[in-house]
Amino acid sequence: MIVSKEYMESIIDQNKRIDGRKFDEYRKIEVEYGISPKSAEGSARVKIGDTEVLAGIKMELGTPFSDKPDEGSIMVNVELIPMASSLFESGPPSINAIELARVTDRGIRESKALDFKKLCVREGEKVWLVFIDIYPINADGNLFDACYMAALAAIKDANFPVLEGDKINYKEKGKEKLPLTKMPISCTVWMIGEKFLVDPTQEEELASDARLSIVILENGKICAMQKGGSMALRAEEIFKMIDIAEEKTKEIRRYFK
Amino acid sequence: MKYAKRNDGRKFNETRPITAEVGVIKNAVGSAKFQIGKTIAIAAVYGPNNVFPKFLQKPDRAILRCNYNMMAFSGSGDRVRPGTNRRGKEIGMVIEKAFENILDLSEFPKAAIDVFIELPQTDAGTRCAGICAASLALADAGFEMKDLVCAISCGLVGDQVVADLDYSEEAFEGGSVDIPIAMTPRNGEITLLQLDGEISKEDLKKAVEFGKEACLKIYEIQKQVLKAKYEETKQ
Repeated sequence: MIVSKEYMESIIDQNKRIDGRKFDEYRKIEVEYGISPKSAEGSARVKIGDTEVLAGIKMELGTPFSDKPDEGSIMVNVELIPMASSLFESGPPSINAIELARVTDRGIRESKALDFKKLCVREGEKVWLVFIDIYPINADGNLFDACYMAALAAIKDANFPVLEGDKINYKEKGKEKLPLTKMPISCTVWMIGEKFLVDPTQEEELASDARLSIVILENGKICAMQKGGSMALRAEEIFKMIDIAEEKTKEIRRYFK
Repeated sequence: MKYAKRNDGRKFNETRPITAEVGVIKNAVGSAKFQIGKTIAIAAVYGPNNVFPKFLQKPDRAILRCNYNMMAFSGSGDRVRPGTNRRGKEIGMVIEKAFENILDLSEFPKAAIDVFIELPQTDAGTRCAGICAASLALADAGFEMKDLVCAISCGLVGDQVVADLDYSEEAFEGGSVDIPIAMTPRNGEITLLQLDGEISKEDLKKAVEFGKEACLKIYEIQKQVLKAKYEETKQ
């Protein structure tokens, strides 16, 4: 269903949403771990309403960056495959896919949730590279939060591969968990006209003017943000959005206990 | 080399456990999930769609486009690099051929029917699982079909003809032959056949027999899940 922006704004102006939810209400969230246990080091499925995202972790050995010889790293990739929506096309990653991947990457990297030092095998020579591949398979809005949650759940599910010398032994499954030391949670707050809302459906997203993704740690500190959409925001609006995200991330956090 | 007993204890003509489900992708016109052992295939059908550039349009019929893709984390070894590759393109093409004759494409001149197959986890037999899922998704979408298409990979492991090889059998040190077969069970016609390896005519005959047997079993499962969807709707 595609709803015109004018119609969507008129509904929102009456303090209503087309599916009857409150402005700060998420759809049903489901997190399932280990959806690809044979092949992936860690994997998860996250559903938010009809939006469904799969994420999986593969790990490879690589050489560290010269300025961080004792740290491994992560690589986040989002594929907006045409299976998920008639709005997506085959081909190289679109700018939307790249933004989703980079915002997810920053939330995990900048919060230092994953201890990169513990991904070091031999300083200056060998470190673990953690590939986080994210596939929305049904897109119905709010991919920012869904992709982020799927990535976090896949990391939570992941074990180190088994090493034999400097080679990975893929025949065995490791038992040691990845060093996930903190739980940064993401919430994206959207603006349609003058109103703030969370977890938009696809048609709400198409009618929106601005969004702000905010990643918040358990101690209340903010560790990543990204503003999207072409409408300018006033500072007090941004702080209002942060207040909403603070409340919502508390709720979302319980899915990652 | 002798292969006396299967790694997972199956009979030689026995497939791995199969589960299937239709209507798994809400945005798609039709969709299905097909799992055989640890291989999982999801298929979504979109269309009829417009075709651009226009010279690709067929004036008298729709074109069928199948896209086969392994998710980056779905391989048994290293990460699979995302994006198109030659293997995926070829598999997509042979899958198109497996369905072109089954669908009534003349119903939608100039249009395209798009089938997207994604694999979140693989343990050999991916193109066959993909075909089984695609067949269910096309039926779920309501396209007219002469029959469902069922597919299974049979072959030789060491000296033994088997049905539905898993990855450990494909990688058997005494050698293996992999023969993916797709057929329309009602008339027993074969719509996809590939083979890599070295095999005698007698063993090939036996493999095809195993394939037919397995396809009939898959056929029953496919019909059952399609019917189940409508029984659910009725209630």
